[in-house]
Amino acid sequence: MGLTRGWRSALVGAGAATIALAAIVAALGPALTVIPIEVLRLVVGALLLVFGLQWLRKAILRASGWRAIRDEAAVFARERAEAASASHVEHAGLDWYAFTISFKGVLLEGLEVAFIVLTFGSTQGSIPLAALGAGAAVALVVLTGIVVREPLGRVPENTLAFAVGVMLTTFGIFWGAEGAGVDWPGGDASLPGVLAFVLLISLGFVTALRRRKLAVA
Amino acid sequence: MKRFAKFWWDFLVGDDWRVAAGIVVAFGLTALLATTSVPAWWVLPLAVTAVLWLSLRRVAR
Repeated sequence: MGLTRGWRSALVGAGAATIALAAIVAALGPALTVIPIEVLRLVVGALLLVFGLQWLRKAILRASGWRAIRDEAAVFARERAEAASASHVEHAGLDWYAFTISFKGVLLEGLEVAFIVLTFGSTQGSIPLAALGAGAAVALVVLTGIVVREPLGRVPENTLAFAVGVMLTTFGIFWGAEGAGVDWPGGDASLPGVLAFVLLISLGFVTALRRRKLAVA
Repeated sequence: MKRFAKFWWDFLVGDDWRVAAGIVVAFGLTALLATTSVPAWWVLPLAVTAVLWLSLRRVAR
């Protein structure tokens, strides 16, 4: 939006969404701490599992050739052309198209991040530590953007999505089961075992689907 | 309203509703087994393997 329609409206939209996100987090954060830990783990585990499986499913299909790998450069060019051709309507001195697209983008993506940070933080009893991790990730992404100075075409997006899917699914299984009343053999020490299991079955599915793709072709 | 409902459906359920439904059933089974003397830790890993593979197979036919 900044490159195509101008930085002012895009940055105001992103800033307004950040303020809205901060208000949501300020309201939800303390509320989460009063929910019993078992209930929180069950709900959080189920949601993480559902999110994680969505990510993992897409990443496995892309890695095995059953779904096209996203061409970030093409997506950037297409969306830039769409933004450039959209009509210019002004409200409160702002380009309304740039403002709303930036606002929606930051709010919706930010909500997912805020949800993950709040739930990871509250289930492990340290929201500030989880927020610190998220802050470090933001700094890393901004730094990468400055260094790379181009759309994220060179970032191995599917590998990152695969890793995120494996992590979310692992924590979803672990916390969800605990919330449902399960005692893991070995307690917290079984978490690496769950991670290894999810990683192995995911890699196994990629291999199996690649073979199937070759057999069909 | 319809768009709002679609947003939440996409956000929570995604491309394959059967995966979400399978996970809900697996949680129910886990909670049920956890009240007995039978170990229940294996249910979710097994359910994840099954629902993920079935969902992938539907695409890779």
